[in-house]
Amino acid sequence: MSRYSKYVIAAAVLAILLGIGLFSSRFILYLTMRVMILSIFAMGYNILFGRTGLLSFGHAAFFATGAYGAALWSMHVSSSHPLLGILTGIVAAAFLALIIGFFCVRHTEIYFSMLTLAFGMMVFSLMWNLRDITGGDDGLSGIVRGSISLGFFKIPIMKDSQFYFLVLFFFALSSLIIYRIYQSPFGLVLAGIRENHIRTEFAGLGVRRYRLAAFVVSGAFAGLAGALSLLLQSNVTPFSAHWSHSADPVLVSLMGGLQTFSGPFVGSILFVVLREFIERFTHNWMLWFGLILLGIILGFRGGIVGSTSQFLKRFSR
Amino acid sequence: MLESLVHVSLTGISAGMFIWLVASGLTLIFGVLRVLNFAHGSFYMLGAYLCYTCLRYMGVDFWLGVIIGPLIVCVVGYAMERYLLRQVYDLELPYQLLLTFAMVLIFDELVKMIWGAGSIGSPTVPGLSGSIQIAGRNFPVYNIFIMVVGPLVAIGLWAFLEKSWWGRLIRAAAADREMAAAIGVRVPALYTAVFVFGAWLSAVGGALAVPYVGLLTTGMGEAVIINAFVVVVIGGLGSLQGAFLGALFIGLLNSFGTRYIPALDMFLTFILMGVVLLWRPQGFFAGVDR
Repeated sequence: MSRYSKYVIAAAVLAILLGIGLFSSRFILYLTMRVMILSIFAMGYNILFGRTGLLSFGHAAFFATGAYGAALWSMHVSSSHPLLGILTGIVAAAFLALIIGFFCVRHTEIYFSMLTLAFGMMVFSLMWNLRDITGGDDGLSGIVRGSISLGFFKIPIMKDSQFYFLVLFFFALSSLIIYRIYQSPFGLVLAGIRENHIRTEFAGLGVRRYRLAAFVVSGAFAGLAGALSLLLQSNVTPFSAHWSHSADPVLVSLMGGLQTFSGPFVGSILFVVLREFIERFTHNWMLWFGLILLGIILGFRGGIVGSTSQFLKRFSR
Repeated sequence: MLESLVHVSLTGISAGMFIWLVASGLTLIFGVLRVLNFAHGSFYMLGAYLCYTCLRYMGVDFWLGVIIGPLIVCVVGYAMERYLLRQVYDLELPYQLLLTFAMVLIFDELVKMIWGAGSIGSPTVPGLSGSIQIAGRNFPVYNIFIMVVGPLVAIGLWAFLEKSWWGRLIRAAAADREMAAAIGVRVPALYTAVFVFGAWLSAVGGALAVPYVGLLTTGMGEAVIINAFVVVVIGGLGSLQGAFLGALFIGLLNSFGTRYIPALDMFLTFILMGVVLLWRPQGFFAGVDR
């Protein structure tokens, strides 16, 4: 795809998202916010999975840390600075990712996945057991969205139609940052590690350090998604840290297309819309997701974006 | 004090035996097929629900249920290996893991659709339903039966793998797939057989768990698979002896943990898993075999 058409598509997506924010009903707003939050989670996750080739089962822990971080900030420090709450969530998640990642990147392949599972479940069990801080299995609820105060004037985000633009802002910012990461030397090294980590090592690059950096960056985005999700739902429970929740970004990335930039976003739209649609007819939406996942793995491994761009390439020749 | 120590130990050992039945199949499959099967807990759950159905709706004996239930699971396991798993052996690791994860979602929801989302109360076994006095406390006879079955399965598996012709073929395929194929072992058929056998072991565990757990829930597969993962990791991926010792250890750790430090309930298990993976990724009890 040419550089020019990429900008056109990005501008069109932004225009549509702005339009949704200005003109749609509360339900569509809510769904779109869920799409954007999930896609921040998945795009960040994909830095590690699609780019660096490491499958983590522990990223739900960073998502939950972001949510708990923002919740604890708003409950104990101040509920009038939601931006600082979000920042707290991101920093907490990134810090945790630094500690956990330091140990996890010592291994690759299945041992890496198992280690992230172990650490993620440690975080889950702490959130479950430390009732005084985290509210145990009830979680933390009743978090209010205070106004953002910028010196003399305040921006209210109480209503969904106002909060939407904050989510959109973070979504656009995250997309931009992750796009820049993929274009940067850092992003290219990550792809090099995925393709052949021994060669990358011989090129004089500290593979383990790069893996850790990718781990922390993706953990920070998971934290941001968690904090935003907390403000959207106004509650958080320890189940958001459970390992099976880590499968969401994997599913989304696979559906959209693993080694593509826009895959996670396309996958998120599909995930949220399909889930909403299937849940109207049946309670067993997980069954359908299992079947979809099976179909993708067996016959459709490029995902939507990957398969479409391959088709376009063939078509334009 | 002493009574409670004895009691907690016995409880831990019998719980460990169920984890062992699941972990043995899991580690066997990993050792030969090199696939870590998330859906292994689902076989356990299916075994339990099918056995229960035999008891409740077909009016058969509990022991017949323990035979019929796992046999049906064997058919499910056969279909899964033959038609799905076989397609992804040559793909990268994430695809294999995710395929088995997709099967977890499918099995869990199917069980919910067939048997309902709620829990089902389960029956007692004639002949093994009472309890006896051990160190001044009542202890269910059934748990003692399980504590006998677990080691018997371990000895049987060991004898099968070490002494029988089939066991030798399995070990050959695990050690070097291509070499085994070159000397005439039908490796794909062997893979299927090992997978079905592993599924059967797990389903037997589930069927035997019906009187033990008292309540059947759709979450039981997920609960046991996490423990089995920990066991297989600390025992060393692919090691049967390691898995047996690991299951005993995790059973005891869980029961002592819940009894004496409930605040760190699951935490201990996972910190153990993390430490073993970092310190001795080949497994804490590895080197015992293979």
